Amino acid sequence: MPDQSSVTALLQEYIPALSSYNELFSGGDTMRSDWQIFLTSLKQLGSKEVQHRNNDILRLLKENGVAYNIYNDPSGQSRPWELDPIPQLITAEEWNTINAGLVQRAELLNLLLKDIYGPQTLIKEGIIPQELIYMHPGFLRPCTNIQLPGTQHLILYAADIARGTDGRLWVISDRTQAPSGAGYALENRFAMSSVLPELFTNLQVKRLSPYFDSLQQALNNIAPHKTEHPRVVILTPGPENETYFEHAYLAAYLGLTLIQGNDLMVKDNYVWLKTIEGLEKVDVILRRMDDTYCDPLELKSDSLLGVPGLLQVIRKGNVAIANPLGSSVVENAGLVPFLPAVAKHFFGTDLLTPSIATWWCGQAKEMQYVFDNIKQLVVRRIFRHSSGRSTIDGASLSPLATAKLIADIKANPYLYVGQEKINFSSTPYMQDGKLQAGHSLIRSFLVSHNNSYVAMPGGLTRSSPAESSFVISNQSGGISKDTWVLSSGDEHEQSIKLQLKTDDTPATLHKRALPSHTAENLFWVGRYTERVIYNARLQRTVMQYILQNNHSANSETMLSKEILLQTLSRCTYTYPGFAPVADEPVDTALLTNPWPELTDILYNEKRNGSLSYNLSLLKRAVYSVRNFWALDTWRVLRQLEENWGAAKQTNRHDHLNIIATIDSLNTSMFAFLGMNRESVRREQGWNILDLGRKIEQALYIISLLQNVFQKKQTEQTEHDLMQGVLTATQSLITYRYTYRDHLQLPLVLELMMLDMNYPKSLAYLVNKIKKYISLLPKANKDQPLSEQEKLILEADTLLKLANGITLAQTDRHSNTYTALNEFLGKLYSLLADTSQLISKTYFKHSVSQKQLFISNLI
Amino acid sequence: MLYSITHTTHYQYHEIVDLCHNIAILSPRNTASQTCQSYNIAISPLPEIIEEYEDFFGNRVCYFVVEQEHEALSVTATSIVEKKNIAALPAATPAQSWESVRDLLQNSTGNFIYERQFCTATNITSSSAAIKEFAAISFTPNRPLFEAVYDLMQRIYTEFDFTPGFTTISTPLSTVMEERKGVCQDFAHLAIAGVHAMGLPARYVSGYLETLAAAGKEKLTGVDASHAWFAVFIPEMGWVDFDPTNNQLPTEQYITIGWGRDYFDIIPLKGVIMSGGTHELKVSVDVKRL
Repeated sequence: MPDQSSVTALLQEYIPALSSYNELFSGGDTMRSDWQIFLTSLKQLGSKEVQHRNNDILRLLKENGVAYNIYNDPSGQSRPWELDPIPQLITAEEWNTINAGLVQRAELLNLLLKDIYGPQTLIKEGIIPQELIYMHPGFLRPCTNIQLPGTQHLILYAADIARGTDGRLWVISDRTQAPSGAGYALENRFAMSSVLPELFTNLQVKRLSPYFDSLQQALNNIAPHKTEHPRVVILTPGPENETYFEHAYLAAYLGLTLIQGNDLMVKDNYVWLKTIEGLEKVDVILRRMDDTYCDPLELKSDSLLGVPGLLQVIRKGNVAIANPLGSSVVENAGLVPFLPAVAKHFFGTDLLTPSIATWWCGQAKEMQYVFDNIKQLVVRRIFRHSSGRSTIDGASLSPLATAKLIADIKANPYLYVGQEKINFSSTPYMQDGKLQAGHSLIRSFLVSHNNSYVAMPGGLTRSSPAESSFVISNQSGGISKDTWVLSSGDEHEQSIKLQLKTDDTPATLHKRALPSHTAENLFWVGRYTERVIYNARLQRTVMQYILQNNHSANSETMLSKEILLQTLSRCTYTYPGFAPVADEPVDTALLTNPWPELTDILYNEKRNGSLSYNLSLLKRAVYSVRNFWALDTWRVLRQLEENWGAAKQTNRHDHLNIIATIDSLNTSMFAFLGMNRESVRREQGWNILDLGRKIEQALYIISLLQNVFQKKQTEQTEHDLMQGVLTATQSLITYRYTYRDHLQLPLVLELMMLDMNYPKSLAYLVNKIKKYISLLPKANKDQPLSEQEKLILEADTLLKLANGITLAQTDRHSNTYTALNEFLGKLYSLLADTSQLISKTYFKHSVSQKQLFISNLI
Repeated sequence: MLYSITHTTHYQYHEIVDLCHNIAILSPRNTASQTCQSYNIAISPLPEIIEEYEDFFGNRVCYFVVEQEHEALSVTATSIVEKKNIAALPAATPAQSWESVRDLLQNSTGNFIYERQFCTATNITSSSAAIKEFAAISFTPNRPLFEAVYDLMQRIYTEFDFTPGFTTISTPLSTVMEERKGVCQDFAHLAIAGVHAMGLPARYVSGYLETLAAAGKEKLTGVDASHAWFAVFIPEMGWVDFDPTNNQLPTEQYITIGWGRDYFDIIPLKGVIMSGGTHELKVSVDVKRL
């Protein structure tokens, strides 16, 4: 045992609040032995080193894209996750106690839930007041008397617990709707064990993975029809949700399919997943969405996130949902005062773990108590609101606000409780390399297992500085901690190794068709990737041409410049920009000083077609299929985003600087593409992503050629334009290498359109597209060629039969490239139609749902 | 008296729909004053899935799904209901005061679970200070409950204008209260909110009302309508219906489909189509004496 005094030096700034329990010392002056061991390791590492490593943790979490989204945050979509290097320590002995208490509480809430939606004995016998249930917005009347499988209806349960002044752990609140945080807990452990492995020295920390194994088992077990590989999906409200990171993370870790409501449909009394191979039956839904949003037919009719008819399938017993719809009625602070009686009723015993003292305002006496003591209490609504806070510190209110709160309670007394403020215990956290005293709130996770529950040996701890408010949540900005449950020496724990499972791990090795929605997003990831790359290259080419010919007043150069700028506006869809509208004359001022417009179409995110705009579309598509990307991919994207953001912010928008920014953007884009090739293993996924890329490339090249070669120009201008096209497509060197000749239009067209061996030529791209389309599942197996196959075959044939010399001929009267433009026009519409048919055939999920009118009575 | 009721709802879509989920509550319940002798629902196109069950309030619900491409949906519910003769006003009404009924329910455990669930507001029936004030005028101290509710019904009838088209099903009660205008479901909701404000149970009743042709004229087809009123629990009488739109206790011309806390618990027909397109709705109701 190390000497206690050797670590006290670390604690110079650790000053616990007077009234709080000091977790480092379990009474008396002797430091808890686990803390002594931990602090010794910390000291050995040295505070400088810990600080360095702490930065590594933050970087790692950021790169892994761990984020917690905040609703209505104008500054952006997500906030990085913060992790304190000092964990929350729980001894083996204490864990046994708390574990038993939590398991009992989960069992109790399960029985309560079953009773509420079944016989309602507790209400009939007066053990819980009727209004506490009937007035709770989580009591879903359409969900009563549905026969759910198994004895555990409550599959997932989480509790927020904290240590009070007596050193015991108290339950602060229950979570039964769709408990979040388990994925963050896992990611925290992953970060701690990879960056600060030394801190685990001499402490046997329990692994978290058994919880996730149980979770997977629990989900498989509730599948209504016993199949070997039930199809289990995670239902997420989408990337805007605050914990979307976790939805995607769990999907990847557990090997489940991440889906949104419109990926599913109800037909024939079953739930189906729309995949590119057709409909696939869904057995189990892990719900990360509030239950009322799940079925717009029977529940919240204005929900666009749900699946119409879902409740009927549940009624028929053809799909299982964890947690069941209606479960949030027991996530009800008003129940707390009645739980001891409920425990007596079901178990004949007391609650093992105490809950925070609570007064339900639905009872006259209790309401009066809350009014009389409002300054000393926390007032909470008995249900969580998606908008606004549900917890109010009575002491923080002005007299006016207090009066308003009291009036609100009087209007709806059933919906409020008053709760005791507890003095949380003090526990260290690190700030600027020094240990400070803070408060912790631990979220524990339980999952049904063998007719009872198992708790995750660990959890998600959030901590706040000692002087701050007792209300800690991620929304209001606590820092997270890893939670270490220590094992007593006899259990041998393996070293902490975590690995992300994917669909390919043997346990779940089972061919899964790609959901249509995922396929669509991958397709668009492909398209936006190329759109960004090609736009960036074209813009770079045009800018460089302008810089090189800045001082030239030569009319031929001026014309080239004009044509190139117009092409840029048209190809990027930032039209009109440099291109004149209809018959209006060219805006010469714009041509004389093109830089403000050029900067705008790079950085103005609000402008359709700008590079920033396309990047944000790309980001959104990538984020929507978050679970598809490897960590490295994520890192590249983060980097790209940061660099681009910084470039946008800088005031130095000088020309060379802009070009350097574009270059670095494209380097990152290629790194992103390279990563995709490696990490998007699922064959279908990659095919669809690459199909999107090839279609975008082909359309881009067509559009580029169409815009540049409309009319025959003088030799000099024509030369500049050909050079522009080849530079913008990075084909100049290939041209020189292939033809060893000066630039001639027939040869340029040969290379860019007809060369079967050149990956940037239309012939090559169309051929690739043809191949990818043939690999897509066929709806009608008897039909030799699908409609899209016919279209692409026509495009392929057109290209094979064409030749550069004919295409480069001008119309004798008008001196325009009529043949070329007709040919390109035809190709463009064939490809655009192909793309649309692919969307229609494989991504047909986006059909919106609509409520039928209901008749007005008179 | 025997009635035949035909209730047809027709949706015309502006584009083809290939999936449509619906819930219909069109089957008249058996009550003390009526017996449903037959009930049939005809749906076109023929639904692939049709299921019947009882909802939380004991109403008969029909869930159906059309899984084929269709451009129109027609639902026709036909029922034959026998109505008992009931006097317009009961000969004697209980003298029990509204306060004692309120206290009886509030202090009960287990005995009045069913009734008590109708004591509390839903989103649409939540009362405001104005509504409470309005209702309190009828609920004078120690007044018999029946009398107080009857007075409330009369006052809604006299002080509010029946104005079709002024409100929709989503118009909040505060607007109805302020403007003193509305249609049957607004008046029923208003009365319910007022009774709740007094701490008493009230529920929403959905049904039909037979209309009579003007003297000497033949009754037209399809002119009847879905109707709504409210009911209050009066211990010695059970649930008593009141129609504030017509200022009367429902007579044998009233046919009940069922009840809930408010309109949204017992929408005659609702549905979700998988389509972004628009649609039109036509409803016709026929209540015929047999």
